[in-house]
Amino acid sequence: MDTLELTKEKKTKAVTESISGSEAVLRAFVAEGVDTIFGYPGGAIMPIYDALYDYHDKLTHILVRHEQGAIHAAQGFARVSGRTGVVFATSGPGATNLVTGLADAMIDSTPVVCITGQVFAHLLGTDAFQETDVINITTPVTKWNYQVTDANEIPHVLAKAFYIAGSGRPGPVLIDITKNAQLQLFDYKGYEKCEHIRSYRPKPIVRKEYIEQAAKLINEAERPFVIFGQGVILGKAEKEFQKFIEKAGVPAAWTIMGMSAIPTDHPLAVGMLGMHGNYGPNLLTNECDVLIAIGMRFDDRVTGRLDKYAKQAKVIHLDIDPAEIDKNVKTTVAVWGDCKETLPLLTELVQQKVYPQWLQKFKNCMEKEEEKCIKAEMNPTSDILTMGEVIDAINELTKGNAVIVTDVGQHQMVACRYAKYNQSKSNITSGGLGTMGYALPAAIGAKYGAPERTVIAIIGDGGIQMTIQELGTIMQFKPDVKIIILNNNFLGMVRQWQELFHKNRYSFVDIQSPDFVQVAKGYSIEGRSVCKREDVKSALAEMLDHKGSFLLEVMVGKENNVFPMVPQGRGVAEIVLSKEEV
Amino acid sequence: MTKQEYTITVYTENQIGLLNRIAIIFSRRKINVESLNTSPSEVDSVHRFTIVINETEDVVRKLCRQIEKQVEVLKAYYNTNEEIVWQELALYKVPTDIIAEEVKVERLLSQFGAKAVVIRKDYTVFEVSGQRAETDAFIKVLEPYGLIEFVRSARVAIIKNSDGFHKKLKSFEYKEPGEEVVENEYLSENEKVFSM
Repeated sequence: MDTLELTKEKKTKAVTESISGSEAVLRAFVAEGVDTIFGYPGGAIMPIYDALYDYHDKLTHILVRHEQGAIHAAQGFARVSGRTGVVFATSGPGATNLVTGLADAMIDSTPVVCITGQVFAHLLGTDAFQETDVINITTPVTKWNYQVTDANEIPHVLAKAFYIAGSGRPGPVLIDITKNAQLQLFDYKGYEKCEHIRSYRPKPIVRKEYIEQAAKLINEAERPFVIFGQGVILGKAEKEFQKFIEKAGVPAAWTIMGMSAIPTDHPLAVGMLGMHGNYGPNLLTNECDVLIAIGMRFDDRVTGRLDKYAKQAKVIHLDIDPAEIDKNVKTTVAVWGDCKETLPLLTELVQQKVYPQWLQKFKNCMEKEEEKCIKAEMNPTSDILTMGEVIDAINELTKGNAVIVTDVGQHQMVACRYAKYNQSKSNITSGGLGTMGYALPAAIGAKYGAPERTVIAIIGDGGIQMTIQELGTIMQFKPDVKIIILNNNFLGMVRQWQELFHKNRYSFVDIQSPDFVQVAKGYSIEGRSVCKREDVKSALAEMLDHKGSFLLEVMVGKENNVFPMVPQGRGVAEIVLSKEEV
Repeated sequence: MTKQEYTITVYTENQIGLLNRIAIIFSRRKINVESLNTSPSEVDSVHRFTIVINETEDVVRKLCRQIEKQVEVLKAYYNTNEEIVWQELALYKVPTDIIAEEVKVERLLSQFGAKAVVIRKDYTVFEVSGQRAETDAFIKVLEPYGLIEFVRSARVAIIKNSDGFHKKLKSFEYKEPGEEVVENEYLSENEKVFSM
């Protein structure tokens, strides 16, 4: 009898084990394959940080200098690796500092799981020290969020968090864990990955009849045009996509988020869409007869005025998110599904074709753009440097193999217009939210996400000053990030708009900067500043050859403008190539 | 497209915070919610929201897709008033003495289908359940006699052309969705739009 009881006790002990909520969080991370965390400790998340102390062999923690830096780093990590980025922050200000990054990850569909500490459950709603209503603050900017007050919930909730963040249309998830739940010991029954939530359908069933209808439209088209977005990258469907356009012979243009999904010099690649995209893709959107939108969401920066957008075309829209279909542009055929599944089915049904005349139209447009915009950007007649020639020199030196992380503004548009890419997940930028300050921390994260690749952050003199403190993170953890500041001594994009649309009234765009090289030196980061054309290439080479991080400041023209441009409120076909046409 | 009254029925998990998630879908777009009711549904553990708004069909359809996109939402439907059976419940508090003296209470009750819920020396509470016009009309009747308090509930609605959620929920439980779940109105509607 006694022995029987003993074995029984042993058995139960073998299946359950008493651990803390904090320990359960870290075990969940390990089970989900997490190896890097970006975070910042504080009072309400101390038990988790205490548990982390024993996990240094399994989990690398990067101590950022501001929580916004943590979440942008996690975004950069996720975008470059296709894995979910992970963030730790404390309650109150720690959590509110995440909000910009959450909004950015939400609109750019980036998988991120944020764990925030929260005050003890019994203090909720009492205006306790560093208490803030994180769940309600973050509700509009998270795909899902949840507050844990009991440690028993942690394994299950974290499994859900990773599943939701990474599946379907990815997005940020925030889990707020009260301090008592972090400290609480509970019977741990192991970790089980989540594979199904009954109210959540990340992967729709593919309906063949709509693929057939789409294929029929494409096969009958005379001037079909593919426009694609980040969905191709998020769906890991780059190969499927390339096969599709190659068989169908359809010219393809990318949104800023879809960039690098196919090599930029692919024969069917006709450039970038949008406000500062290429001339041909914008103009000819209104001349195609079938518009095939793949994994993109018809952002207003892409469509310009909606009532003047592709009205002549039948629209096929492939997207995983049903809420995107018919949201901005009415579709003729909607193919709801994961493009990794739908594209091969479509490829099978489309005829092998070429459209030489139609493609020639894009080439003609490109010639015109070369003549009117690109020539002046690449081969300026004055001594003043342009941003474009810097990007061109980067292309030459990196041969299109680098990860390029950009901030927001003129330099971003120029970089996205001229950078060359050979492989996917190489263009990391804040597309939807337009978050200045994104690039430096995102580049740090990108280096951890793709340690074998060269990571170059291209940032304006305004944006760098928004998250410049992350130089401290680089100093301490030494991720090899190359930082280029394209300094025009202005908040350039706003200045451009003031010049074009506000009668040259330069209202608070004249921004002063510190000596960036000195600042970098203060953080033990090598740096150099150049303002002459003949120094650009050698400085870039020095930066790339340098072992470790390097900050290169390039002084560029103060009042250069980015063209072409679809001025706000106009249709895509009203794209202008110069200031005179505005 | 013209604006009209639509009733949105949302089947959800019962989760704290979901009400906020649904409410901000409307407030973000500056759309006024005329009425919102949360209740249990025909299925144990499944919650049912009934939301009334005044909008065009195009907007309502987009809102429903945004609602359905929320992780804990099982399904969202929208219907015009013709497609549903709906009721609201109103309570009216009036001074008992005046009512007893001046009003033919019996006639009143039968005419409006009202019911006296509480009768006290100082006040009486009547209840009317019905549609907006009916509950409004009763206010008009009582107002001259000193309506002390009035309150009306949110709309509750039954969709005429619905088999309920039991069967549908079963298909949600499976890992691979059945046709039941996959049905999506815009794809079927495109059948009509589609011309070749």
